[in-house]
Amino acid sequence: MYRRARRRPAWGDDMTTPLLEASGFRKSFDGVPALKLGQFRLEPGSVHALCGGNGAGKSTFLKILMGIHHRDAGTLLRNGSEVVFDNPSQALAHGISIIEQELSPVPAMTVAENIYLGREPVGLFGRIAFRAMNSRAQALLDGFQFGIRADSLMMDLTVAQTQLVEIAKALSYDAEVIIMDEPTSALGEAEADQLFAAIATLKARGKGVIYVSHRLSEIFGVCDSYTVFRDGAFVETGTLADIDKDHLIQLVVGRPLTEEFIKENTPQARELLSVAGLSADRGVQDVSFALHEGEILALYGLMGSGRTEIFDRLFGLSAESAGTVTIDGRPAQIATPRQAIDAGLAYVTEDRKRSGLVLTGDVRENLCLATLDRMSAGPVMNARAEGRAAARMIETLNIRTASDRLNVAHLSGGNQQKVVLGKWFLTEPRILLLDEPTRGVDVGAKREIYRVMSDFARAGGAVIMVSSETDEVLGMADRVVVMRDGRVAGELDRATMSAEKLLHLAA
Amino acid sequence: MEDQTKTAAQQRRMIPARIGRDAQRYGILIALALLCIVLSIVSENFLTSRNIINVLRQTSINGILAIGMTFVILTRGIDLSVGSVVALVGVVSASFATTSAAGFIPGAPYMPLIPIAVGLITGTAMGALSGVAVARFAVPAFVATLGMLSAARGLTLIYSGGRPVPALTDGYRWIGTGDVAGIPVPIILFALVFALSHFVLTRTRFGRHVYAVGGNPHAAKVSGLPVRAIRFSVYAISGALAGIAGMILAARTGSALPQAGVAYELDAIAAVVIGGTSLAGGVGRVTGTVIGALLIGVMNNGLDLLGVESYYQQVIKGALIVAAVMLDRSRKTED
Repeated sequence: MYRRARRRPAWGDDMTTPLLEASGFRKSFDGVPALKLGQFRLEPGSVHALCGGNGAGKSTFLKILMGIHHRDAGTLLRNGSEVVFDNPSQALAHGISIIEQELSPVPAMTVAENIYLGREPVGLFGRIAFRAMNSRAQALLDGFQFGIRADSLMMDLTVAQTQLVEIAKALSYDAEVIIMDEPTSALGEAEADQLFAAIATLKARGKGVIYVSHRLSEIFGVCDSYTVFRDGAFVETGTLADIDKDHLIQLVVGRPLTEEFIKENTPQARELLSVAGLSADRGVQDVSFALHEGEILALYGLMGSGRTEIFDRLFGLSAESAGTVTIDGRPAQIATPRQAIDAGLAYVTEDRKRSGLVLTGDVRENLCLATLDRMSAGPVMNARAEGRAAARMIETLNIRTASDRLNVAHLSGGNQQKVVLGKWFLTEPRILLLDEPTRGVDVGAKREIYRVMSDFARAGGAVIMVSSETDEVLGMADRVVVMRDGRVAGELDRATMSAEKLLHLAA
Repeated sequence: MEDQTKTAAQQRRMIPARIGRDAQRYGILIALALLCIVLSIVSENFLTSRNIINVLRQTSINGILAIGMTFVILTRGIDLSVGSVVALVGVVSASFATTSAAGFIPGAPYMPLIPIAVGLITGTAMGALSGVAVARFAVPAFVATLGMLSAARGLTLIYSGGRPVPALTDGYRWIGTGDVAGIPVPIILFALVFALSHFVLTRTRFGRHVYAVGGNPHAAKVSGLPVRAIRFSVYAISGALAGIAGMILAARTGSALPQAGVAYELDAIAAVVIGGTSLAGGVGRVTGTVIGALLIGVMNNGLDLLGVESYYQQVIKGALIVAAVMLDRSRKTED
């Protein structure tokens, strides 16, 4: 059924014992195989990328490593001896630790208290030895030159610093294998560099890092070897120095990709939206820009530079404040999302789980959510109209789902994002606001989203896209407005934009 | 080609899983059926039409309250005030239907339509007040309706002077004691409320809104739904249904008692939870709630028939509620 696993001679036989060697992992849920052939080998002092699209079996594989799931078959060697984990604490006891995608620190406690949570050093009468704990934590943090004080409160740290604390915590357990699942998904580029420096230190100390990320350029920057899973099975492993990005994409997707981005739109002269002197929450001030028919405009900037706040203000989610918004030549007063929708706007938010999808609902309910009034006669819903609309979007956007009655929570990230897009396309918008539209989406689905953006602009719509990924901005945008500290720091058009200029303006 | 074969195979394999889920969805119905079978074996009085009608009549008040509660809980809320609203609506509407000389509404008793209208308005108004606090002023539902629980009880005592409102007209009493073609009016009202609510929640735009707001209020807001109006409405609905329940109770008793309805909210919440509606919002069905209410009703009846003391009944009911939620939880973690 799947392609026979190939193995490249990446390592000689004289290498030391691997930290971890998994072979023949199998796992099914309710008879549906999630992992058919999991195979992985982690050497000391290496950063190993685990690649694959959504549904490739990566998370199932990692959950087996962490003792959350039990494998149906397969062997796992840790430093050469076979191990079986019944629960996560056993995995941790064997030196396997994970930095989760969504971190869960105790915000009101200090860094040291978080690191030693549940195993605080105690003194007389069970009193916590705060001084000893703080100095131990500080030594740990300083060993990495994290520049974080052990006695500062967790809630005062940035997301990046929180992640660094998690790494320190993992090491306080003497972890040798550290799994990082999309560690940069919540980081800006400057913050990510801090994390990469920490990873380099881990490597130098002979630890092994399993690195999971959808951002391929990042993988080439951080990792030295790779293993690709596809459709629940091992495909290939090797060193990254031997391959290029296109090859890796091809392995992940399973077919050759001509180009990563799709851009066939051409901006027209007609102005669809113009914003003048706009202010918004979190210090956004005096923002002005215009958007033309057929155009893809990027809003670029670091985390917290005010990009999302501009979208919230345009869509009527935050209180009206200074500034004018003109849509199609007419001044627009938008105080509620309903008014924004009526004015032809659609907003794909940054966090689809928090504000995009109703995860308790099915695909059809989510697709129809913003257009219920068009699918009802008076107060009574027309189920047939709902079904037709849902079927149309599933077809147009190529949403892979067993049925429109399947709960959206069961879809992959890319297909969930397409459901959100479909919901908005049903409102027949003229202007799409997309906030990090490809975050947490695999390479194949990314391309489909780029296709959708390009087609939408070509058909006479216009797109504003917030993105933290310079590649994406350079690949898709006709023009980019760069934000810094809530203000417009500059504007570049397609001819003049480059990664250096973007970073220079943003930081 | 390869992909298609795989998906088809996957779908085939998913069928047993789906049956498993359906079994859980109907698990509560199966539990009710089993309970009925056991009771009809151990007690010859259980499976008589008189007893069945009796159970249904006793269930109708809690059932109607629980249906209102379902609307509220579907939006991630809770309505603790329904018991107090039952009492308040009882005394207020009864004061328009009493033949007692001590009545304080001039011109009473009025024809039944007047006290019924007054009762509905009173109940809806109380719910609407809670709704304003929750929807407009973002007071947590638990706190807002806890306040109403106390305030409505106080209003009841003030309005009635702490005394029952006795001697209600026969016309008014019909809603609690009358029957149509042998079926008691409370059961008919219960059935009507159920049918209408089921229709609203499954077939109307408002119903879609309720599920969306409970499932994810942020997404609902971004999608242009009138989140505040929806939140407000569910409390008004719960109040209105509490009003109907209050009038049935007063009409059946023959006089409206100011201490009526104490702790009724707990049975209503229990029925909703046993019926599979998630306290986290967005998931649940009125059918489940009705079955949950029937399960509580049948259990009370069965324990009565078996001569179990009411003290023990409370313990058993408590255990049942927790067991139902435990089942629900274990199913969710398996997913």
